Amino acid sequence: MLPEEEEYLQLEKEIKLDDIDFSDLEEKYNFEITLDNYILVDGAPIAPESKVPILIKVLKKLFSSVGEIDENGEIKDGIYMPLENGKSKGYLFIQYKSNESAELAVKKLNGKKLDQNHRLLVNKLSDIENLPEDKEFNEPEIEPFKSVGYLNDWLVDSQGRDQIVLHFNENVGVYWNKKSNEPEPVIEPRKGFTSKYSKFSPKGTYLFSIHPQGVQSWGGKDFKSIKRFFHNQVRLIDFSPNENYMVTLSPIPITLPDSIHERQQFPFGKESEGHKLVIWDMNNGEPVRTFALPPHLEHQKEMPWPLVKWSFDDKYCARQGPDALAIYETPSFNLLDKKLVKIDGIQDFEWAPSSVPLQNSKQIEHVLSYWTPESSNQTARVALMSVPSKEILRTVNLFQVSDCKMHWQDQSKLLCVKVDRHTKSGKTIFSNLEFFKTTEKDIPVEKIELKDVVVNFAFEPNSDKFITISRLDDGNPNPAIPKNTITFWAKETKGNKTNGKYKAYKEIENKHSNTIVWSPKGKYVIIATVSRSSGELEFFDFLFDDEILSKNKNLPANVKLLRTEKFSGMTNLSWDPSGRFLACWSSSWLHLIENGYKIYEFTGNLLRDDSIDQFKEFIWRPRPESLLSNSDKKKVRSNLKEYSAQFEEIDVMEADAAVKEAILARRKQLEDWRKYRSKFHEINKAKNDEAIEETIEEIKEEIIEEKEEIVE
Amino acid sequence: MAMRPIKLMGHERSLTQVKYNREGDLLFSVAKDNAASIWFSSNGERLGTLEGHQGVIWSIDVDPETNLCATGGGDLAIKLWKVETGQCVFTWESPSPVRRVAFSSDGKRLLAIADQVMGHIGTISVYDLKTNESDFNNQDIKPSLIIETDQNNSKSNVANFTQDGKFIISGLDNGYVNKYDSNTGELIQSIQAHGIHTEEKNISITDIQFAPEDKSYFITSSKDKTATLIDVESFEILKVYKADAPMNTAAITPVKDFVILGGGQEARNVTTTAESQGKFEARFYHKIFEEEIGRVKGHFGPLNTVAVHPNGAGYASGGEDGFIRVHEFEKSYFDFLFDAERSEKAAASGNI
Repeated sequence: MLPEEEEYLQLEKEIKLDDIDFSDLEEKYNFEITLDNYILVDGAPIAPESKVPILIKVLKKLFSSVGEIDENGEIKDGIYMPLENGKSKGYLFIQYKSNESAELAVKKLNGKKLDQNHRLLVNKLSDIENLPEDKEFNEPEIEPFKSVGYLNDWLVDSQGRDQIVLHFNENVGVYWNKKSNEPEPVIEPRKGFTSKYSKFSPKGTYLFSIHPQGVQSWGGKDFKSIKRFFHNQVRLIDFSPNENYMVTLSPIPITLPDSIHERQQFPFGKESEGHKLVIWDMNNGEPVRTFALPPHLEHQKEMPWPLVKWSFDDKYCARQGPDALAIYETPSFNLLDKKLVKIDGIQDFEWAPSSVPLQNSKQIEHVLSYWTPESSNQTARVALMSVPSKEILRTVNLFQVSDCKMHWQDQSKLLCVKVDRHTKSGKTIFSNLEFFKTTEKDIPVEKIELKDVVVNFAFEPNSDKFITISRLDDGNPNPAIPKNTITFWAKETKGNKTNGKYKAYKEIENKHSNTIVWSPKGKYVIIATVSRSSGELEFFDFLFDDEILSKNKNLPANVKLLRTEKFSGMTNLSWDPSGRFLACWSSSWLHLIENGYKIYEFTGNLLRDDSIDQFKEFIWRPRPESLLSNSDKKKVRSNLKEYSAQFEEIDVMEADAAVKEAILARRKQLEDWRKYRSKFHEINKAKNDEAIEETIEEIKEEIIEEKEEIVE
Repeated sequence: MAMRPIKLMGHERSLTQVKYNREGDLLFSVAKDNAASIWFSSNGERLGTLEGHQGVIWSIDVDPETNLCATGGGDLAIKLWKVETGQCVFTWESPSPVRRVAFSSDGKRLLAIADQVMGHIGTISVYDLKTNESDFNNQDIKPSLIIETDQNNSKSNVANFTQDGKFIISGLDNGYVNKYDSNTGELIQSIQAHGIHTEEKNISITDIQFAPEDKSYFITSSKDKTATLIDVESFEILKVYKADAPMNTAAITPVKDFVILGGGQEARNVTTTAESQGKFEARFYHKIFEEEIGRVKGHFGPLNTVAVHPNGAGYASGGEDGFIRVHEFEKSYFDFLFDAERSEKAAASGNI
């Protein structure tokens, strides 16, 4: 630093600007500036001095479009573009004749793209007055880290129990599932916890409550508040599979608050104005992208949800628009290749739920499927598209299609497209099932043609077996006639080989059943009738171990109805993450008849029946995938008896207080006895081997048969 | 606990005692007839009989090496037999009927209880044995020690040496258990084990058997319908097992933590009681938890004596009906565990 500079700085420190009295000067020149007419434009190109006049001319023309520029005001010619080292500095000032023009310029031209590389940022100069007055730079306060404890605390429960959320009246409580006993509260039920519903993230890490102002996340051992996501009047929420992102939707478009101060607190910028759909980063709680609702969804009563669908690993997400698919890459949330994917008439799409095991591919394959309807010059189509290449892996052309539903098998080895077709007359509907075999060369498609229309379809988890509920579209809509057919499908086997063709192993006709709920571990499945007037649960075993199965170990299916249970008024049913328990409930959101919940064992044995006035919802807390390796799991299975012993004792104790006391007493007795005996062990060790025992071989004789023979 | 017993039908009258040798291959039995029997425990074949007593034989015992076997009877005789040949090698005369005989753990001493009848004061006599084969028939006629067991006008019914041979434990007619110095005959400790858990009038102690693992504790059975487990050193009652009939015998099982009790309504009471069942079953209790876990039927009269195979694979019971039933335990017996034991086992195998 030069000595003069140092001197100057010293001087500046000594003389305080505030101490100088300018009042005489101000009075003399009547210096009063209103900044309302001025705007500050940033983001303009940095141009060499020679080009500046042209640039000014261009900008003057642009900014004149919203109002008259004051060419005779404080600024010469109405525009001032500062220069430095023979170049413009990228910003300029404009003086309008009126405040309204300046306002309009901000509203209309802020964010205006001048060219590919230059976006103008327009602000009113008077905004400066609204800036905080602190002269010194205040370092923003970093909030102290607030620990909510171990987020996966519930997974280390010594008894391996699952947590549940019970929502009744205005209360939401988190409990431990105690099977037939009263659930044990994890936290005190909270009144007014949510204004609508509560929801867990997909791996169970966070619990969310919905409020008029937005969404609130909770977690850790005591369910402390973690983050708030401000989204006015939020209605629907959804998550990426790995909990990295949350999507929220509100019917109220985002509007920026008026005051600058509030805007600073507001999570959204100007670019989000009018948007309804928001993607949030779950880790920092900030919005990463906002979207307006596609025009065809505005004013729709029933909103398809989710509107943003995620690839299995959160790497991509996609939105469907009219005639196009928008695929975004995370974490930038830029459009893949900066372009929409044009798909004329796209009706629906689904991501494969895992990496698709394509033949000759060892890398992770992101695949999505979509379908387009028939048009005047084209058949209906189902296609598989690879992402990010956008290569179409396979298409199938279809005729006379009314609707398609795409069901991916959860290992992505199969895609079943349920195609509802109409007869030529268009009067009756029937279904085809098209199976895309993604693991095989060129992805062959197997078709099952049915006379019925399939109303429900569900793959068994981690398997190629599935169940359909179907009915004949015979034009008789009388709902009192039970005419649904439940069909259990599996690949036919001959010897121990499968020919790969599906076969209906069991059909049950004349049912009202409308719901299929597979155990998350497979094998067991509930076929339910969810209806207002009646409710029924049928517990099936799809691989029932009996004589038939033991005779033919390769038999893929052996269906057995384990139990039928009635539950009138049942509105929902859900398996626990382990597949041991089924919760069914009657929610006051749908009707007020017999509200409450029941817990069944997977075999259909009723464990708990709790009628609760104004019962709303039962939620099992999801679990993340197990961290155990396959060999670990094998070890557990082979030592199941020993593992289960400890839990059985707990179970018995839970069942009965008296039994519990007895068990605890026995434990004490056992402990005391071991203590008593332990003092002898040392003594005995020393004494041992004094006596030499003889090993005696014992020969046991068994008379197998006695015969009397007469010898002549 | 379904078991398929071998029925030994060699005695003509009620069994009084059954006993395994150390290896368990042989089973020794005595009854109210005048011949003792030796059986192969595995198949129930009779090895032979020991004949020589003139009446009821109350007690039998075999030394650790299965060289010698001793019997005591109502004929005022204590007899020593050579097992291999079945010969009676020596006979002591007793002043009154012999209720119990027992070898010490080293096989070098023998005790015999002379009953307090016929004007005789109840005694425990201890004989030092000559264990060389050549001296088998050259035993000292006189006991090395005589303990008078009269206590408050009661008498000793059963007795046995402790593991180290220092003490003799004896069960009395009045429900007391006494511990004597086996060299001096001094009464060291005494505890009332029976007559305190129930209201029964007859509180006579009927059997004493030691823990198979190290004889550091023992079980007593009594007509007071209970059995107790007592620690040798502290002489404290560790456990009490309550039954619904007078108990004549009790044994502790190796391998599993069980005890077996045997008894039943006495024949003369059976017809007069409403419970004509008689309760002639071997009762299995959990040794530590004192809970009954099972019963084995089979005898037509009260069980007078039970003995457990030393390797824990089975047991034998002798009944008032004159039969011996030799049982082999099945898998369910070994699998049976209480909840607390299961979780203890799971913990031990390192799964928690």
